[in-house]
Amino acid sequence: MRHFLAALMALVLIAPVAVAQDQDPDQSAVETGPVQTLLQTHGAAIAKASRKTIQPTIDALLSSGLPEIQQVLQKWQAREIWQRKSDNLFFAGEEIAKRTIRLTDFDTGETVGELSTKELKQIKPNSGVQALIGTALVQFQLSDPDPDLRAAALLSIERDPGPDLLAPLRASIATETDPALRARKERVNTLLTISYDADEAARLAAIDSVAGDLGVDVRATLNPLLTTTRKVAEGAAPEGANIAAIVTPGRDIDPDAAYDLIAGTAGLPPRIGPDDIRAALSSNIDGGRVAGIPVASLDTPETRLAAYDKLAEAGAAQPRVTEAARAAALAAHTIYDAYDEPSAAVTDAAARALRDIELKVGMNQALDLTLDALSLASIYFLAAIGLAITFGVMGVINMAHGEFIMMGAYTGYVVQQVIPDYTVSILVALPLAFAVTFAAGVAMERLVIRHLYHRPLETLLATFGISIALQQIAKNIFGTQARPLTSPAWLDGAWVMNDVVSISYIRIAIFVLALIFLGVFLFIMKRTRLGLETRAVTQNPRMAGSMGINPDRVNMLTFGLGSGIAGIAGVAIGLFAKVTSELGSDYIVQSFMTVVVGGVGNIWGALAGATMIGFLQKGIEWMNPSNTLAAQTYMIIFIIIFIQFRPRGIIALKGRAAGD
Amino acid sequence: MTGSFLSRNPSVLIFIAVLALFTLLATVFSEAFGAGLISTSFIKTLGKTLCLCLVAIAMDLVWGYAGILSLGHMAFFGLGGYMIGMWLMYERTRGIVTSSMANADIPPTPQEVTDAIGNQIFGVVGSSDFPAIWAFSASLPLQLALVVLVPGLLALVFGWLAFRSRVTGVYLSILTQAMTLALALYLFQNDSGLRGNNGLSGLQNLPGLDAVSQDVVSVWFLWASALALGLGYMLCAWVVSGKFGSVIRGIRDDEARVRFLGYSVESYKLFIFVLTAVIAGIAGALYYPQAGIINPAEIAPIASIYLAVWVAIGGRGRLYGAVIGAAFVSLVSTWFTSGQVPSVNLGVYTVDWVDWWQVVLGLSFVLVTLFAPKGIGGLFDLISGRLAPNRHGKDLGPDAGSLREQEAEQ
Repeated sequence: MRHFLAALMALVLIAPVAVAQDQDPDQSAVETGPVQTLLQTHGAAIAKASRKTIQPTIDALLSSGLPEIQQVLQKWQAREIWQRKSDNLFFAGEEIAKRTIRLTDFDTGETVGELSTKELKQIKPNSGVQALIGTALVQFQLSDPDPDLRAAALLSIERDPGPDLLAPLRASIATETDPALRARKERVNTLLTISYDADEAARLAAIDSVAGDLGVDVRATLNPLLTTTRKVAEGAAPEGANIAAIVTPGRDIDPDAAYDLIAGTAGLPPRIGPDDIRAALSSNIDGGRVAGIPVASLDTPETRLAAYDKLAEAGAAQPRVTEAARAAALAAHTIYDAYDEPSAAVTDAAARALRDIELKVGMNQALDLTLDALSLASIYFLAAIGLAITFGVMGVINMAHGEFIMMGAYTGYVVQQVIPDYTVSILVALPLAFAVTFAAGVAMERLVIRHLYHRPLETLLATFGISIALQQIAKNIFGTQARPLTSPAWLDGAWVMNDVVSISYIRIAIFVLALIFLGVFLFIMKRTRLGLETRAVTQNPRMAGSMGINPDRVNMLTFGLGSGIAGIAGVAIGLFAKVTSELGSDYIVQSFMTVVVGGVGNIWGALAGATMIGFLQKGIEWMNPSNTLAAQTYMIIFIIIFIQFRPRGIIALKGRAAGD
Repeated sequence: MTGSFLSRNPSVLIFIAVLALFTLLATVFSEAFGAGLISTSFIKTLGKTLCLCLVAIAMDLVWGYAGILSLGHMAFFGLGGYMIGMWLMYERTRGIVTSSMANADIPPTPQEVTDAIGNQIFGVVGSSDFPAIWAFSASLPLQLALVVLVPGLLALVFGWLAFRSRVTGVYLSILTQAMTLALALYLFQNDSGLRGNNGLSGLQNLPGLDAVSQDVVSVWFLWASALALGLGYMLCAWVVSGKFGSVIRGIRDDEARVRFLGYSVESYKLFIFVLTAVIAGIAGALYYPQAGIINPAEIAPIASIYLAVWVAIGGRGRLYGAVIGAAFVSLVSTWFTSGQVPSVNLGVYTVDWVDWWQVVLGLSFVLVTLFAPKGIGGLFDLISGRLAPNRHGKDLGPDAGSLREQEAEQ
């Protein structure tokens, strides 16, 4: 005790301020608290902690059951423990000024004094020790009164599971009050049990309990249990090994590769490959000859082999492995894949559980694919519905249709520059895009298309001219880089059904929008005066003219309507695609395909066409997921063949309405 | 049907004469054989333009005469280029590889040479094996045959499928465009065997002719292109001049009527489609060694639409119109997009032609379609005095070809 007193005297001399705060220096000097005593017991280990040796110390601290231990560990991990050089006592330190540390006693929580860093030694655990302390801290955090801290601790276990965490986790489940957290803890406990529990029966029970669970974490836990290592054994495979499969040379593995594997483990001579032969030959050239064979004739594999064998006979090179030697080596050894997990019961159960899961995942993936395909179909439908009016109903080929989509998207972009609120700007952009492209469509109809009604091929070319002009103008105004069209916050995120099936809200919104458009189109065509007149003019313009309908006006309005819908589709497409001047040309061929495949002159045809193309494309992508380019290629080829069998599309008009 | 083919078609003689004169002048002014007034790169541009004229003639034959608006002929053009490019690239790489391997102390085996060539060519797409479609690339005669066969067979299969199911008009256009898009997308893949979007490059170097300078080679290609154009022109003029030509023009004007007269419309269309595809393939095989590089972007649908634009501006339904259109528009495009045209300062905005040329081209194309359906070639009618019937007034009914106001009054 005396040296404590002496130390305190020194402190009094150096830091009188601290002493002034310390009410009863003598008493605190005489008794060190239980924490300090414990720390002093392990003082040397704490001061020079290494990852390999510190675990007993941490365990000792934990087993003391002192409530302050959590704080000690936290400070230790955060490198905030300082040791006073004069008496080797540990304190929590806080830097209050440069090179000045305020020390706090762990037991009493009282400030002990403020010292210069010269008289202190900072305890600096390295990152390995910090990780161990972190693991030790988990049990405190798991039972922390603050639910957020408990959740954070659980998350850190989920991210970085380990065998040490199992015991503290189990201990904390009983006292958990929050039902959601409790469920999560139990799930993590199950996963940790599968990976790390020493009791095999417990592991098997845990594995069985997760069979059919779709969670990614379950698969991430089960898959490592089934990892294998390829091994070679002399004679038959060893009895005790947990063997996944016996590898047969010639069927599962190339015999040469099998020999290489055996040679590597059994110490047999390695195979001599063409590169080795070449190297041996070139290092044995002697006066333009290798083993008596002229170098110039060594340009066939046969002569090279002959020369090499001669070199081997002369002892200048290693002899080649003969066929017989290879066959003998293969016959004498067994190659097998062994599970890294030694227990066969566990691997069997894991394989069984994974099979169940795969089946369920497959079914859910099919559902997910269906949702994807529906969403793609609704995008194609949106892009094609304007075309279904101008091309399908009026018979006008409008190659600039894609550019109307682009104009709609750029309208949305410009509106967002003016109105910062994304929700309001989208609500403004939709009608504005309709107005802009309606006007563009009407202008185009009046100026160009009207004069070309009886020359469809020339309509195609003239509208193509407009298309390249519009594209270039957009490029000149907005530049070549993609412009963002940001969706409102309530459209962010996705509707997640489980870890496999999810669909983003934007795609749902586009699906709804497509349905709305279908309804609007049907309403206009079947229930309004314009629709009636449009159908009349399409079927028989002369008769319609005789009945007092002005075909020019009707054509103009219909074309404007089709173009306006393209503009709105442009806003919708711009929300998830990049808005560039080439946005429209990306969709134009698919849009025409949609209308042609579905059947011209019929909105249901466009719907059927979009559905077919959407599902087809997703289906092909699913079969060959790495390559979307190939998917598009095969889809177009399929469509070309499809047209052979149904030249008028899925839903063909019959009778006089079919025209020609 | 009297007199020889040439006496009935004086325009062919005139065209050949003009082409010969042009080639002669270009040669005389070239750097290799004469005054050096025309740079080698411009000789190449002229040679490439002649190839474009050749494919434009093919387009005119299939669209202007047979009424099939194909938006896929630049795909055949590109395929021809790919076929010759495979041989050029293989041979040239082989030359490089063998010369570098000759320094090794042990002579290489044939397998080692092939592996090294494959490594050189396909290393860029992360592969080193020769795909099956390169099986003939070592042989010039076989690859030359493929220049004709591959576009021809593709056109035969596609045309047979399309014409058989009576896909006509704009539907056929969209279908050909889809075919072109599918081909381009396929070639864009790295595992298509044709180096993905890297394409084939270094085609301007003729294997085994390293000693000959590009000045000379460019003039050779100019001659070859001119010869091909002349022969192609004569062939097309001959095809459209006789009875066969009458039938395909009849198909263009009223397909159903020709069918009812007992002609096998599909066979005629298929023949024209395949013939023009072959001509396009040959044109491509001459074009890309002058361009030096070919990649899938060249095959994109837009290229074929530009081809239609050239023919429309030049004047379809007459072969020299297609040539004029292709030469005029492609040369003017080159000029405008090269940045040599001075910008126009409008005070508030400076019109930079590199940016605005595309707009002018698109709009002038609309104007030509609307107001001058005969294109530039129509100007020759003014000289020869062949004028369309003078029809004025509005149509009396909305149907095509109905009587017009003044005709009805007579």
